[in-house]
Order: sequence, then structure tokens, then C-alpha cells
Amino acid sequence: MSLFASIEGLFYLAALIAIIASLKVVTGKNTVHALLYLVISLLAVAVCFYLMGAPFAAGLEVIVYAGAILVLFVFAVMMFGLGVDETMHAPQSRGLSLWFGPMLLGALLLIELVFVIDNSELKLQLSNNVVDAKQVGILLYGPYLLAVEIASFLLLAGLVAGYHYAKPEHQGGRL
Amino acid sequence: MTDIPLTHVLILSSLLFTIGFVGVVVRKNTLFMLMSLEVMLNAVGVAFIGAGSVWQEADGQIMFILILTLAAAEVAVGLALLIRMQRRYRTLDIDVLSKMKG
Repeated sequence: MSLFASIEGLFYLAALIAIIASLKVVTGKNTVHALLYLVISLLAVAVCFYLMGAPFAAGLEVIVYAGAILVLFVFAVMMFGLGVDETMHAPQSRGLSLWFGPMLLGALLLIELVFVIDNSELKLQLSNNVVDAKQVGILLYGPYLLAVEIASFLLLAGLVAGYHYAKPEHQGGRL
Repeated sequence: MTDIPLTHVLILSSLLFTIGFVGVVVRKNTLFMLMSLEVMLNAVGVAFIGAGSVWQEADGQIMFILILTLAAAEVAVGLALLIRMQRRYRTLDIDVLSKMKG
């Protein structure tokens, strides 16, 4: 079977799209264009989830990430005029020199990660004394009920904080 | 796991994470920093789903759902802070916030 007809080939294609879209998100100037690229990236990742055999996670990715969270972004951008990339104090464009340091750090980190992942001897050494995430999860959470409760508390905290910060300033005083 | 080796899933995850990290470090616009944070959280989700599908366990997906709720709460608070910042300073430049007190 040829590469591009297999699950592997599709996965690589979706992964390539996700990476390109994420790059466009990070380097974009226009906020709304960057948001659209972010939607593309999330959808490509959802395709990857599906190809990895997790259709439920793929559906959640589309509904919650691309559906709810990105709509929140778009609402904020549209309603509050956060549109333009107006960095007053940013140094004037000096080519890529502004990017060089962080890019170098990020590339080094990436090379390190890929080296560790791809080197079988290192991988063997790492897997000798690995603590299973499942054991940790069982020890920490039992059957995940407590984690779900904590997640609900987190969402409640997000709700209260969002209300508190976004309320007009002159209303000060009571929440 | 179907045909996709875990190595490649992890490489994809690290690529996305690094892209998001570079975005958080380089960009001055707070909105773009928030979007880069989304990319980073998403990359972590890719790693969890990949690992969960290798061992055919549901734990990876449970962790992904927890990451999803975390991302939702983070975006709500972050965007509210952005709105407050836009109202007070008329800009989204993160450097404006270098002088804060109390």
C-alpha cells in the first residue's frame, strides 16, 4: 500500500497541516487571521486524534476547542476591538535578529526532545525506571471522580474571575 | 494503536509545543501569547492521546478532558484580563505591564 493511502500517510499530512497552521498563528500580524489559522490547527489535530483511534477525543476537540474556546476568542476580539497588533514599545523591525535568540532556544529544546525520543539507547535507559502514569493517577485520584470535582471547581473559579475582571471599573466595590 | 508509531506522535507533539513556546516568548501582543498557550496545551493533549492509544487505555483521554477544562478556564480568565488591560491602557502590549504595584 502506498504511503499516502495508509493511515500513516494521512496522519503525517494532518500533522504537517497542524504544524504549518501553528506557525502561521505564531507569526501572524492580523488577529482574526491568526484565529482562523488556530481553528485550522485544532481541526488538523482532531484529525490526528481520529487517526490515532480516539474518535471521542476528536469530537471533543472540535466541539470544545474549535467550537467554544475559539468562539470566545472571536467574541473578545470583535466586541472589544483587540484587533490590531499594536506593540508600541516593540523595537522597530531589525529583520530576524529579534527572533534569533528565542528561536535558537526553542530549536535547541526541540532538537533535544527529538534526540531523546529517537535514540533507542536513551529510550531504553529512560524506560528502565519509568513510573507509570496510570499508577500515579490511581494513587492520586482513585477512579477520577475527585479530579472531575476539582475540574468543576476550576471552571467555577474561571467563571467568577472572568466576571470579576471583565466588569466595568467604575462599578468597583462589591463583586 | 493502529499504524502510527508513538515516536512520530511524540515528535509532532514536541514540534507543536515548541512552536507555541516560541510564540509565547517572542510575541509582545498578549492576545497572541494566549493563542500560543492554546497551541502548547493542544500539543500536550496530542501526547496524552498518543500514549493512551498505544497502551489501549482510556486514561490518556481522561487526561485530555482535564486539559480541555483547564484550557477553557484559562482562556476565560485570560480574555477577561485582556479586556481589562485594553480598557485601562488602550493597548495589548505586554511591556506596559512591566510596572505594576499592589
